[in-house]
Amino acid sequence: MNELVIDARNLCKKYGSLVAVDDLSFQVGAGEVLGFLGPNGAGKSTTMKMLTGFLAPTSGTALVNGHDIVSDSLAARRAIGYLPEGAPSYGEMTVRRFLEFVARARGFSGKNALRAAGSAIERLNLDRVPEQTIETLSKGFKRRVGLAQAIIHDPSILILDEPTDGLDPNQKHEVRHLIRDMSSEKIIVISTHLLEEVHAVCNRAMIISDGRLLVDDTPAGLIARSRYHDAVTLVVAQPERVASVLSELPQARKVELREGELTVFPAKGCKLFEVISDAIRENNWNVSELRLEAGRLDEVFRQVTQGEAA
Amino acid sequence: MTGSFFSAVFNVTRRELAGYFSTPVAWVFIVIFLVMSGVFTFYIGAFYERGIADLQPFFQFHPWLYLFLVPAIGMRLWAEERRSGTVELLLTLPITTWQAVLGKFLAAWIFIGLALDLTFPVWLTVNYLGDPDNGVILAGYIGSWLMAGGFLAIASCMSALTRNQVVAFILSVVVCFGFLLSGLPMVMNLFTGWAPQMLLDAIANFSFLVHFADISKGVIDFRDLVYFGLVMMLWLAATTLLLEMKKAD
Ligand SMILES: Nc1ncnc2c1ncn2[C@@H]1O[C@H](COP(=O)(O)OP(=O)(O)O)[C@@H](O)[C@H]1O
Ligand SMILES: [Mg+2]
Repeated sequence: MNELVIDARNLCKKYGSLVAVDDLSFQVGAGEVLGFLGPNGAGKSTTMKMLTGFLAPTSGTALVNGHDIVSDSLAARRAIGYLPEGAPSYGEMTVRRFLEFVARARGFSGKNALRAAGSAIERLNLDRVPEQTIETLSKGFKRRVGLAQAIIHDPSILILDEPTDGLDPNQKHEVRHLIRDMSSEKIIVISTHLLEEVHAVCNRAMIISDGRLLVDDTPAGLIARSRYHDAVTLVVAQPERVASVLSELPQARKVELREGELTVFPAKGCKLFEVISDAIRENNWNVSELRLEAGRLDEVFRQVTQGEAA
Repeated sequence: MTGSFFSAVFNVTRRELAGYFSTPVAWVFIVIFLVMSGVFTFYIGAFYERGIADLQPFFQFHPWLYLFLVPAIGMRLWAEERRSGTVELLLTLPITTWQAVLGKFLAAWIFIGLALDLTFPVWLTVNYLGDPDNGVILAGYIGSWLMAGGFLAIASCMSALTRNQVVAFILSVVVCFGFLLSGLPMVMNLFTGWAPQMLLDAIANFSFLVHFADISKGVIDFRDLVYFGLVMMLWLAATTLLLEMKKAD
């Protein structure tokens, strides 16, 4: 029971007649980095707003560290560090003043608040800009300020809404690195519509669409759902001829030729790579490229959220 | 527990106040306030010509000055938080909506108090020129500040209603205007003759002007204090309710 840090029970949220979150139940335990995946408008932010006490659920509730988010919202909020979407902050304040404000609101007083702000500045590598007003910072730095305020009280739970959205690739990489650093000691729930993010930081992924939970799996499990999982793709000189030979293989379920690339899909439970390598050698085909597909996340994502294979 | 209640409130107040002074807006407001109250007092109020050593001409225009200046301060209280999204940050900290509402209100109220204090040269002038009753003047200042608090609580509520500051400003002016006027003869005339006396008294009693006039005569009546206290509490409670309902929009 103590292991369950977040326990969402039939969460529902309606905006007027629009059902944004529809009967969502899930549990998150220690050591988990859970990725909330879903297209825009899926209900990821709404779910996070309910968990963090910003919005009251229309029905259902959740326990955070054992505290009910509806009846004991303040206690639940104390356990959580939250980065809202877009990392809003008071632009006219300096980084240090802003973090001190959050620290005080989090119950630190006097010197302790200064110390908490100082150590958050250090942890998020903000040492170069503590006296700068937030509005003058680059997007990447602003995001770090947002992360700094979220971890200032060393919460056991971190909820991050699209922490890398709108950042350039370097900044994305850096923020993911920071998140990975924190994941050893906290449970983290992170929402994203970027698939690579799940791979980069999560050890569990939930795909949500139209407010409903569609898939709950590990990133590896997710990718294994791809029809490309364990398929073999090759680029050869005479693709039509090769295709007709490969489609005769008992291990091959199907062969597809697309944009010069030949993809062979395995029959259930079969491994293709060695069989195909042998065929290449036997027939002396002129192969310029050969790869084993892990699976394609974007395809799984489309398949799950649109209800059919792409 | 009360200690932590108020430390959360004052933390918000402190942040907010610092915010005022980190932009030129605060200074602009103070200058406008001082210039306008000077113009009203010395030109329109005929401060010198009256030849009486009191601050009646100074205070009598405050309701009209506040009618526009207080909504200008109050409009950003919540509209801005919602527009920029910081409301989500603020209200997911472990503080209650009521604490946040109170904290932000106090900051703006203290700020107006500060602007009011900076009119002290008017007080110095009247003491230099004559021998005024400084007790009455102090009462005038207290009454003026209380009335500003009433206006500000209304503006806070209107600001929670929308994320558009201009809309918040206009709504505030309209509602404040209603509260100002409700005791004036021309409004009362609309009701006399058909409305029961009790309603008449109630409407007259709602007026900021009536209560402010009482206090600025130098009589700080307990009932006037209760009145302004209640007005502020009610509008701030309404702010809290509105925020709870509308913060997501
Ligand atoms: N304040 C609101 N009022 C009305 N509808 C909203 C509001 N916030 C979100 N929605 C709607 O609820 C759905 C879920 O939104 P959201 O939780 O923001 O999705 P996500 O974060 O997954 O992109 C969307 O259809 C969105 O348009
Ligand atoms: Mg979102």
